[in-house]
Amino acid sequence: MPDAAALVTNIQKYSIHDGPGIRSTVFLKGCPLGCLWCHNPENRSYHVQLTRKPEKCIGCLSCLAACPSGALAAGDSAPLRDEARCTGCGACAEACPALAIERLGRRMTAAEAFAEVLRDAPFYGAEGGVTLSGGEPLSFPDFTLELLRLARREHIHTCVDTCGCVPWENMERAAEICELFLYDIKHLDSREHIKYTGADNALILENLRRLARITKSIWLRVPVVPGINDAPEHVRRIGELAGELGLSRVHLLPYHAIARGKYAALGLEYALPDVPEPPSAQMEGLCDILTQLGLDARTGG
Amino acid sequence: MEKVCGMNERVRKLRRQSLDTPPTLSIERALLMTEAYQKYQGKVSVPRLRALAFKHLMENKTVVINDGELIVGERGPVPQAAPTYPELCCHTLEDFDVIDKREKISFAVSDETRDVQRDVIIPYWQGKSIRDLIFDQMTPLWKDCYEAGIFTEFMEQRSPGHTVCDDKIYRCGMLDFKRDIAEAIAAIDPARDADAYDRREELAAMDIVCDALIAFAERYAALAEELAEAEPDERRRAELRKIAEVCRYVPAHAPRDFHEALQMYFFVHLGVITELNTWDSFCPGHLDQHLDPFYRKGLEDGTLTRESAMELLECFWIKFNNQPAPPKVGITLKESATYTDFCNINIGGIRPDGSDGVTEMSYLLLDVIRDMRLLQPSTNVQVSRKNPDRFVLAAAEVIREGMGFPSVFNCDMVVEELLRQGKSIVDARCGGTSGCVEVGAFGKEAYILTGYFNMVKVLEITLHGGTDPETGKKIGADTPPAAELRSMEELLAAFRTQIEHFIDVDIAGNNIIEMLYARYMPAPFLSVVTDDCIKNGRDYNNGGARYNSRYIQFVGLGSITDCLSALSLHVFENKTFTLEELNKILSANFEGYEKERLTLLNKTPKYGNDDDRADRFIQDTFEIIYNAVNGRPTPTGGTYRIEMLPTTCHVYFGSVIGATPDGRRAHDTLSEGISPVQGADRRGPTAVIRSAAKIDQVRTGGTLLNQKFSPSVLAGERGLGALKDLIRAYFKLDGHHIQFNVVSADTLRDAQRRPEKYGDLIVRVAGYSDYFNNLTPELQNEIISRTEQEEF
Repeated sequence: MPDAAALVTNIQKYSIHDGPGIRSTVFLKGCPLGCLWCHNPENRSYHVQLTRKPEKCIGCLSCLAACPSGALAAGDSAPLRDEARCTGCGACAEACPALAIERLGRRMTAAEAFAEVLRDAPFYGAEGGVTLSGGEPLSFPDFTLELLRLARREHIHTCVDTCGCVPWENMERAAEICELFLYDIKHLDSREHIKYTGADNALILENLRRLARITKSIWLRVPVVPGINDAPEHVRRIGELAGELGLSRVHLLPYHAIARGKYAALGLEYALPDVPEPPSAQMEGLCDILTQLGLDARTGG
Repeated sequence: MEKVCGMNERVRKLRRQSLDTPPTLSIERALLMTEAYQKYQGKVSVPRLRALAFKHLMENKTVVINDGELIVGERGPVPQAAPTYPELCCHTLEDFDVIDKREKISFAVSDETRDVQRDVIIPYWQGKSIRDLIFDQMTPLWKDCYEAGIFTEFMEQRSPGHTVCDDKIYRCGMLDFKRDIAEAIAAIDPARDADAYDRREELAAMDIVCDALIAFAERYAALAEELAEAEPDERRRAELRKIAEVCRYVPAHAPRDFHEALQMYFFVHLGVITELNTWDSFCPGHLDQHLDPFYRKGLEDGTLTRESAMELLECFWIKFNNQPAPPKVGITLKESATYTDFCNINIGGIRPDGSDGVTEMSYLLLDVIRDMRLLQPSTNVQVSRKNPDRFVLAAAEVIREGMGFPSVFNCDMVVEELLRQGKSIVDARCGGTSGCVEVGAFGKEAYILTGYFNMVKVLEITLHGGTDPETGKKIGADTPPAAELRSMEELLAAFRTQIEHFIDVDIAGNNIIEMLYARYMPAPFLSVVTDDCIKNGRDYNNGGARYNSRYIQFVGLGSITDCLSALSLHVFENKTFTLEELNKILSANFEGYEKERLTLLNKTPKYGNDDDRADRFIQDTFEIIYNAVNGRPTPTGGTYRIEMLPTTCHVYFGSVIGATPDGRRAHDTLSEGISPVQGADRRGPTAVIRSAAKIDQVRTGGTLLNQKFSPSVLAGERGLGALKDLIRAYFKLDGHHIQFNVVSADTLRDAQRRPEKYGDLIVRVAGYSDYFNNLTPELQNEIISRTEQEEF
């Protein structure tokens, strides 16, 4: 669908950890999962959001003047927002000179997003290209498929980063075009998966099995969160699953806490209990487990 | 902190000596120069005077062989001793106090030195130095512009140089040059050649300096023999005898082996930088290509191993680091506040026949750089599309070490730039880059940098109808006052008029300075090693080279682009405020106008984000400066062209400008090179590169692009491969040069707090690297504020 549109939060250039080579990663807004450690919380909601950084506010009240819904009122340090009245139009963010309010999510057609991706074509070289990420790109199949098609037409390598929690049909359609999937596996235990992501993993694992029958160009990606999914035995089971499906490459992504600030700016609670970042020795140990299974295992994207 | 890899004990000791010896000022050269002038001035022609003075220096200056070294020769009497050049700049005693006491870039001045300056040097040279002649000749308007910080003048304390050695000194010795000179003299037709006298005197001078350099080497040979006699250690005794043998053979003859090749170059280097204090000292150019035949021959005949070649190279490296740039004062110090003397060795590239120039010697030199971790010599890699990825990755690995070395050039683009200027294809391929980023036909071109030019100051004056708001002086052309500039087109037209006006003032001054050097300060030694000075019987400083270029280096391209973008959007498009209102806001330095400042800063398309709304103004500005300068003739037969590099001038130029429309506060630093304003680029390195590639760089003689990466971005093979792809992509887009700081802002902030912990922290400044501790606080802050490309 040529005019398929989606909410894009960012098109990240010089992205070197979302697939091979230098890539541009298109982040789509909206995700069926709610992983407690999510480091892109701005891409969870399917709606435009406004972040607030009151420490940047200079009290010029430009936002009040700009708001067409009367949703803002002067406050002690920064203007207060009446969420019921706010329509998320972003006029306040547009008006704020101090970048104390920023709008997250811009509705773009696939063609518009691709024009941005195409600008960096000279950098992609033999390996790089475009990655769709999010959020969950396969929750927006029309946009995603159209962008993949446009990229293929220009001989730009294509990659989709998915959580797998999508209707099989969406994934099947993407598999016809997309050259590489980055497929996230959070937990193999259903109850644990529900506890930490808010959703069952049955569909995710089923989709993975079906996808692996169509293509082997899949890199499994496992966020390693201490105390939650970092048991050597659990990692071994993921490795065995990969072997069983004929997939050779697994990436272990160490949990990091740098996204905490984003939660505050979004007014969200950071619900993950205090977990440490996994030390590199632990990551190496987990990697070794996978290597011994004959897999191409790596730490990081 | 310090990584020591392959250095052996000898090299480690010499390196330590080079690093631990504090720079001193030596009065020896000034004294010898004065003696020579007292003896010869007025009795012989000027070229002959300069040659006899050179001879006097070479026959009498102190010769010193440092303990353990294999390559010999110092400019001063000891390592890190910098001479003065009173014939160019006669320092006052106050200058000496400043040089001695200043916190950064100081040189110890002894009481004895001070006394000699007072009793001998000043009485002879005061009022006679080139600097005196220059300031005497400049018009009041030129002086006003100079003081306002519109432009700087390179040649008021340092002589033209800005050139590089080609392969001729590995094919010919001084005796061969003497034969060429004799033939050129014999070919003069005194009855028909109106310039016969000038030619003969110039050639006679060249002949004298060839003998002088041989004599200098002979003195080193004699010293080595003398030391050998007294040397108890057998091994060292043999080394000293070898040094004597080498110095008896080169520079009189062309070198026969690797050791002689290095010593040959270094004698020539010392000749050039002792004759005058050439800006950008001198440079061996394509060192790997020149040395490769000697290296292979040595390996074949068993006289050399990889290790012994490495040791000789490392000894050679230390010799450069022993020679700090001569002391600068005043504005010259502000525009180039560093000990670095800008010898910038080229590695890789292509051969004269156009084939891949990378050899094992290229990789060896990269290993040397990584081992040595020295400020001097500077190094760069010339990356051609013909070079293998292995070479680019090997360079990237050294870059990742975080010293800012080597910088990276687009060799194919350099050739194209030289071809556009009219060089032959072979001369273009033998060319490369020197100083910071400047292109030149090595061994065949005088490409002289005349001074920096402050575009942003000119915009400030444009916004005030030709008056400098800092001083209230009307120094600009008559253009309409702010109230009468009604569109972006009118503003750009006024800006163009002002640029043309100030370029005229600058060039009028340069033209006189060029003639002062041509008449009074010939450089017969530099002329011997530069084609076609012998053939033409003309001096390097008088248009004798095969090609002659003069450059004006423009500073603040990122700042000016953001200023124009802000003016266009907020004044003429959105009409947020009128130009007069904006002037009021700026003259208040944003006091009471925080909302307006943030609007200008945050709500304006900025250069460096691949945003055409901003980038169109870099193109407009480029056309204005290019058309104002490119192609204008110089009095000795050269051509003016443009370059974009700052050294440290962006700090000085910023200090003379009030608040600007890009949201910059008064007297803050400007952007450097063609890099975006510090912090304005928010979309990653590919967006910066896309923006920079919109400049038609082939029409320049060099541009400079700085990038700062947090070390994690370059981690692992992925990071290294991505860096290689990034470099290749910029060059595919016809970028000229890119260089990298690989150090986190946190580390730099910590280094500011605890300098004692970071004594050997080296960072990339502009076209060179320097110790972080050597930088002024302003420059340190500027580097910290550059956008750090993070991991994504």
